Amino acid sequence: MFGAGGGTSSYREVEETDLVVLWGSNAREAHPIFFHHVLAALRKGAKLYVVDPRRTSSAAWADGWLGIDVGTDIVLANAVAREIIRSGLHNRDFIKHATVGFEAYAESVEPYTLEWAEARCGVPAALIVELAHAYACADRAELCWTLGITEHHSGVDNVLALINLALLCGHVGRWGSGINPLRGQNNVQGGGDMGALPNKLPGFQDVTDGELRGRFETAWQARVPPESGWHLALMFEAMARGELTSLYVVGENPVQSEADTGRAVSTLKGLDHLVVQDIFLTPTAAMADVVLPATVAAYEAEGTVTSSERRVQRVRRVMEPPEGARDDIWIVCELARRLGHDWGHPTAQEVWDELRSLSPMHAGMSYERLERLGGIQWPCYDEDHPGEVFLHSRLWADPLIGPRAPFSPVVAEAPVDPLTPDFPIRLTTGRHLDSYNTGVQSGGFASPMARGAWIALCREDAMQLGLVDGDAVQVISRRGRIETTVRYDRSLRPGLAFMTLHFQDEAATNVLTIDDWDPKSGTAEFKATAIRVEKIDRNIPSQSLPLSDEAFARPPVRQQAPVGPEPASPAGRT
Amino acid sequence: MIVEAQPAPQPPLRPPHPRIPEPPRRVQVSLQIDGRHVAVDEGSTILDACRSLGIDTPTLCWAPNLTPVNVCRVCVVEVEGSRALVPSCSRPVSDGMVVFTDSERVRLSRRMVLELLMSSVDVSRAPDLLAYAERYHARSDAFGARTPYGEPGSRDLARPGQSRSVPAGAAAAIVGPVKVDNELYVRDYERCILCYRCVEACGEDAQNTFAIAVAGRGFDARISTELAVSLPESACVYCGNCVAVCPTGALMAASEYSMREAGTWDESRQSATETICTYCGVGCPLVLHVQDSRIVKATSPVDSPVTHGNLCIKGRFGFEFVQALPGGR
Repeated sequence: MFGAGGGTSSYREVEETDLVVLWGSNAREAHPIFFHHVLAALRKGAKLYVVDPRRTSSAAWADGWLGIDVGTDIVLANAVAREIIRSGLHNRDFIKHATVGFEAYAESVEPYTLEWAEARCGVPAALIVELAHAYACADRAELCWTLGITEHHSGVDNVLALINLALLCGHVGRWGSGINPLRGQNNVQGGGDMGALPNKLPGFQDVTDGELRGRFETAWQARVPPESGWHLALMFEAMARGELTSLYVVGENPVQSEADTGRAVSTLKGLDHLVVQDIFLTPTAAMADVVLPATVAAYEAEGTVTSSERRVQRVRRVMEPPEGARDDIWIVCELARRLGHDWGHPTAQEVWDELRSLSPMHAGMSYERLERLGGIQWPCYDEDHPGEVFLHSRLWADPLIGPRAPFSPVVAEAPVDPLTPDFPIRLTTGRHLDSYNTGVQSGGFASPMARGAWIALCREDAMQLGLVDGDAVQVISRRGRIETTVRYDRSLRPGLAFMTLHFQDEAATNVLTIDDWDPKSGTAEFKATAIRVEKIDRNIPSQSLPLSDEAFARPPVRQQAPVGPEPASPAGRT
Repeated sequence: MIVEAQPAPQPPLRPPHPRIPEPPRRVQVSLQIDGRHVAVDEGSTILDACRSLGIDTPTLCWAPNLTPVNVCRVCVVEVEGSRALVPSCSRPVSDGMVVFTDSERVRLSRRMVLELLMSSVDVSRAPDLLAYAERYHARSDAFGARTPYGEPGSRDLARPGQSRSVPAGAAAAIVGPVKVDNELYVRDYERCILCYRCVEACGEDAQNTFAIAVAGRGFDARISTELAVSLPESACVYCGNCVAVCPTGALMAASEYSMREAGTWDESRQSATETICTYCGVGCPLVLHVQDSRIVKATSPVDSPVTHGNLCIKGRFGFEFVQALPGGR
């Protein structure tokens, strides 16, 4: 937010807030232990509002569930803002003291009347008013979101629409008031912090800033390209153009995780050279020219990860890795050596200490302190600094410290994949409690819960299509077709279908999804696909996939034989 | 890549520390325990005060991450002026209180509580309880030989008012069978002392799933799912937070249970290393217990501000992928 991408609050603040809004987040299943903090707040009398197209298990705990139509988040957010402003509930003192652009913003939300919004986003006007008043009148309020906000072609605008609400009410930079993206993977936050973004150096330092870049060039004794790089979506476009011809994939399974599998796979097939570094021979690794078998980051290697509350935490080698698997740092340094650069073989701690010397927000986080304090929340500028429980208290300092926080007017746009008579049902995607992403990790344990792939429909839609629970169906989008079974789901409304991405081998959901992406973030619109569902007679699902069946049928087993660079002596390992 | 440490560049903007509300300062309360004076915060329990003096007070139903339900009565102490012994885990201190933790009456009561539990329940996997039994010279046969009470499986069907009998001079003992109805954890209620910890963890204190509760009355009281259905038919979400708080081994991860049954569970050969869960971005600290190069159990530290000792199904049971090598490790 405002320069550094991270949630502004801590989990313990969520326990002490007065209102929690989960927007596009089913934390009960996707972030279960975070939801424990929400539950603790509810037990103390806090209110919960859930904005989600599905009536999820999180919504079951809510004082109000706003069953929004997929992809209309900006409509709802702007209508909430208009209601707050017209009711005079906005925080005028805070807006005047710490923000800029309020007038233009107020003007931009003026067309979003309650009636207009209700017709567009499907949420009754009375509920829009209820959320607006509850959020504006709460002493403290935490606004949290997940991929329901970001996995849209307007993902960044969706986030800005929520930040606008926080600025409007002064619900940021105070104890118990904040704006928090709940991170879906254990080190998504850390990846961004470490500069795994096309426009940032570690510590959210702009790569285009010559002075900042100079520090890294001095430390690394190498030139840092001065322009922003490509994010994933741009990389795929460059691959399609034939401009990007070699790809090095570390710990990602794009064959199954990318939207529009057909296009992703044909693009990857067009590469001259594909290197995959992973713990399993995933379908992506099966396509690779070279596979670098890696250790499991948090179980077989030392290092750090960063959580959704900006807490940098130590991960440790719990057990010996299988023979042939190599530490990620070792692989990268060995690759460098073979490319003619001697980086030595630093330990994880040595790499971390180098980072601390270059990223001011991490400077005070020695391994010793991280271990003693159970992790430290960035920023932490020196070894006497305790880390920050919440961000942006500067906005409340008098006089104001630093620049004003800008309102960012945003305009609602419909999802790219339109609903038409041929494709009348909106398919959205998400996570089940006991599974995770494409199942590479969660497929390893036996869950007693209902598992597998199916398309969930509400009873009304299913009956209209002549389907009963368990029927075999084909699901067709403008990009592909898959076969699966249908299940009734009471969390859904007419016109809305749901699938997970967990069992791509059984039902490759991403064959259907659209890879139109947000030009600002590169995130694809996984959440909004137009489909139709048809009954079929076959009971055994089959796939229409661009890869050979063999590649998909391979179980995720750890590879023992190293492929690619020869293993060096154990002394070289970290 | 590693060069000599550079002087850290100054941050362009160093905001003031956020103001965090401080908890209200509590009034100090003075009391006397076993002849020693102590002052603790108002609202503390007698148990807190005992621990601040280093007095080792036995507890079974109390846990640091759960609200006291004071059912086990093994923590009772004598308070001057009080007719009955009081549970130290839940009784708040008051000014001028005079407490005895090791009087003859306290020792007798604690011994009897332990003997009643040992007479009816298999406590062989309850290390704390066994240590207390030794301290208070509690005997498992104090009420006669342990004799099965009813047929295996009959407890789940027991209705209020139906009582069965055991021979005179014998102690009624709870009978199984061990409930194995899912892949992840096992319920062996022959070992259950009805401390309610699992019910609290499944309920308001942590998970808020309410898959289990206490059913039945008297000796037929038992922990049960609704209508005693199997776990897969119940509301259970397999977080295993009940397993984590069970003090007697009545609830146990299936992997640990089968190793114990096979005689291969050996804590002296286990290491416990703290790392972070590899699934979602909440960042739950995970302690992985490793024996013979295999992860055999996952727990989370009770004092973690992130988890308070709780995990979800993926954190507690989802580590198997690491050891999914063909032919085992």
